[in-house]
Formats: sequence, C-alpha cells, structure tokens
Amino acid sequence: MKLTNKDILGIKELSVDEINLILDTAASFIEVSTREIKKVPTLRGKTVVNLFFEASTRTRTSFEIAGKRLSADTINISATTSSVVKGETLIDTARNLEAMNPDAIVIRHSAAGAPHMLARMVKQSIINAGDGAHEHPTQALLDMMTIKEKKGTVSGLKVAIVGDIAHSRVARSNIYGLTKMGSQVIVAGPAMMIPRDIARMGVTVYNNLAEAIKDVDIVMMLRIQLERQQQNIFPSLREYSSYFCLNRHNIKLAKEDVLVMHPGPINRGIEISPDIADGPYSIILDQVTNGVAVRMALLYLLIGGQR
Amino acid sequence: MEQKKVVMDADGIDRSLTRIAYEILEKNKGTEELCLVGIRTGGVFLAERLKKKLTSIEGVDLPVGILDITLYRDDLRLANKKPMLGKTDIPFSLDNRKVVLVDDVLFTGRTIRAAMDALIDFGRPQLIQLAVLIDRGHRELPIRADFVGKNLPSSLWESVVVKLMEKNGVDEVVIEDDNQ
Repeated sequence: MKLTNKDILGIKELSVDEINLILDTAASFIEVSTREIKKVPTLRGKTVVNLFFEASTRTRTSFEIAGKRLSADTINISATTSSVVKGETLIDTARNLEAMNPDAIVIRHSAAGAPHMLARMVKQSIINAGDGAHEHPTQALLDMMTIKEKKGTVSGLKVAIVGDIAHSRVARSNIYGLTKMGSQVIVAGPAMMIPRDIARMGVTVYNNLAEAIKDVDIVMMLRIQLERQQQNIFPSLREYSSYFCLNRHNIKLAKEDVLVMHPGPINRGIEISPDIADGPYSIILDQVTNGVAVRMALLYLLIGGQR
Repeated sequence: MEQKKVVMDADGIDRSLTRIAYEILEKNKGTEELCLVGIRTGGVFLAERLKKKLTSIEGVDLPVGILDITLYRDDLRLANKKPMLGKTDIPFSLDNRKVVLVDDVLFTGRTIRAAMDALIDFGRPQLIQLAVLIDRGHRELPIRADFVGKNLPSSLWESVVVKLMEKNGVDEVVIEDDNQ
C-alpha cells in the first residue's frame, strides 16, 4: 500500500486508508528513537530541504531529526537568513532549490496555498508544515497517532478543540482528520474566534468551555496568539483566561479518563493552567515524541524507495 | 497452472525444530548469554517455538526479540510496492549476547545481510548465528546458516513457502512451480 499523491498538503486530500497507513507506519518508527544508535539507513543519499518562512521550534526540529534518523541529508533554510530578504520570490526560491535536485521539500509559509503552488511547480515531494491558517497536516497526524496510542482508536470519540479556531491551522487539520476517522468534534472559543460557518465542517459549536468539554474523551487546547491581542479580538488575556483556561476545576466536567492535548507552544496560565499542562491528564509531550515518528513515516512513505 | 508439492509436514517441521534446538545448545554449550531474534514475518513464530523447546530442555528462560528488516533492505529503491513496515521489538540489550537469528527460508541471503546490519545498530553482540527451517540455495551474498532444518535445492521459478499454524492454520512447507 502506498500514498496516492507525491505530496502531503493537507488532511483534506488524504483518504481514511492513507491516514491509517501513515499511523501504522509511524507506530513502527517509534522504536528507532529509543535505540542506542538512533539511525536506520533507509533514506541514505536522499536530500530533504526544510524551508521555513515562519518561526518554529517543534516542527522544524522534528522534521530535521526525522530526516537525520533516516540517514537523509537534511538542510534547513529559514527565510530570515535566506535571499528572501533580498526580495527573492517563493517561485524562484523553489525553482532554484529544484535545480539542486533534493528529494523532498518541507515548507512552512504564512500564505495559505503556498505548499500547493510549490507541489504543482516542482517535481519533488512537498510536505506542508503549516500554511497560514489553512492546514498543518503533520500536526493532525501526530495528534491522531497519540490519540490512537492512548485510546486504542480514533473513531467514536468525543473531542473538544478550544481556542482561537479561526486562526488555527491545527484546528482545521484536526477537524478534517477526526471527522474523517469517525470521531465527534466540538469547537469552542469566544464568538469572534469561531469562523461563521464552521458547523458546515461537521462540528458542534459552543461559546463556553463548560458546555464544550462536558463528557469529552479528549480536550485539545489551542494557543492564544499573543500577537493578536493588538487586533482587538478580545479585551485582555486575563479575561480570555478567566473564561477559557483549562484548569483543575473545569477539567472535572470531562470524562474521568480525559486526555489533554496542546500543539505547543503553551502559554502557561492563559489557555491552560500549569498544573493541567504538567499533570497526569496531559499527553502534550507524547505528542512531541510521536511527531518525530509521524514525520519519519511520511518521509519514508514519500521518498523511501521509488515512487 | 500452479503445481504444489508438500515437502515437509507438521511432524517434519517439529522434528527439525527439535534437532535445531539441540544443535544450538550443543554448539553454544548451553544457554548462557544466548538469545533468539526472529526475523519478521517468517522467523517470528519459529523463534517462539525454538524458545519453548530450548526452555523445556534446559529449564532456563531465553529472551526472544522480533526484528523487522524493511528499513535496511537494499531493494527499497527498486520495489514497486513498498513493503508494509512492521514493528521491531528487542526489549533487551544485545551487548555481549550470543544472538541466534531465526528465519523460515534462506534464499539469496540479502534478508540476513539486512538483519545483521540492523542488529549491529542495536548493540555489539558477542556473536551472531543463523537458524533457518529451509535452505533453498541461490545465495547472492557470502552468507550461510549455522543450523538448517532441511536443505531444499530449488529452481528460481519455484517459490518455497513455509506455512505455520500461528498464521496460516496449518504446519507445512510447500514448493510451488510458478510456471504454467
């Protein structure tokens, strides 16, 4: 079984079978990161370029480690230190990279659709590491992998995603993925952070935390983007926090075996209280560990061997 | 039209495994530092059976690991369909161990080459030995087995399949002619 497209641009384009293939393959890659010698020779001689136009700790390091553990040559380009600052366009950057013949390009860009444009233009496999507020497919895949690892399945669960849904590519990808796999998705946040017609994606919408997380299996908290405070979307961080911060009191409304997730980076005390982030319900760090395995699986499936 | 011939039945497989178990003990003078690693998928159940036999003979428990060699294959570049990746599970250190690799059929030797490369990434075994149920010849690399159930000279257009109760519902080794 293999993936139908040469790229991973979004969860929207992936079938349930493909998602299962990725999750199963990723499960077999976990073990590589626990060995003494954390390397397998599978992608020896392959080149992976990480082209990041936005800041990133987790995703970029995760992709770099994933490539290196597969013995691929990984190159990191961050926009601020590249010729993009001299005014070079994305198209030219891509074409120039293509001319050096890498095997895969991982791209994070603030414009939705940038990876899709690249995928049409160059013959390499493109992996979307986040495009604007559109999709972040590898995050959703590692989230689903972590849920499957802890709950045994990704279907039939009740999942609440809470926060700035409108600006969240993590929310979008997870909504596509979880509904596709047969789980019920609830979104919650202040009204001005919920896109108007989001119910059309098959989710239930709430404007308060208590109703949203009642009896859920998973609570996924999203980062409040501090830079948006300047845009007058909400009165103050403190007010946001008093209504939407997940803490040890309101967590009791969820199921007893609830699990708490967060794509990171967390704002302690704003969307999630420190004791919940560090507590026994939290699988936030498991998500990070699985992120490496999922990215190894994607690189292996896309460029390991012949397409 | 395929022609199928059963070259080993359930009793034959069992007797071979018993003999292999005794040979392993003889060559290694007991079970000290010994461990078994079954190569997915054919070798896994055979390794489990060997472990049971060794334990019942010597009265000592033996660690068994599972090794998936897909990531170490030399033909990933050429494979049309990517083989499904299985889990490797070796929950013990291989340092200074006597590792007996177990597989069902020894053919070109490339699987064993990949398996040895994988084992070296896990640690530094004292030595590696190879136990196979069937050796069908046609080696493409200088690899040989230490313990062999049955030598089965075969033609390249034949396929040798080991069926086991645990996965196929029956114990038998069949040789199939892929020509019309």
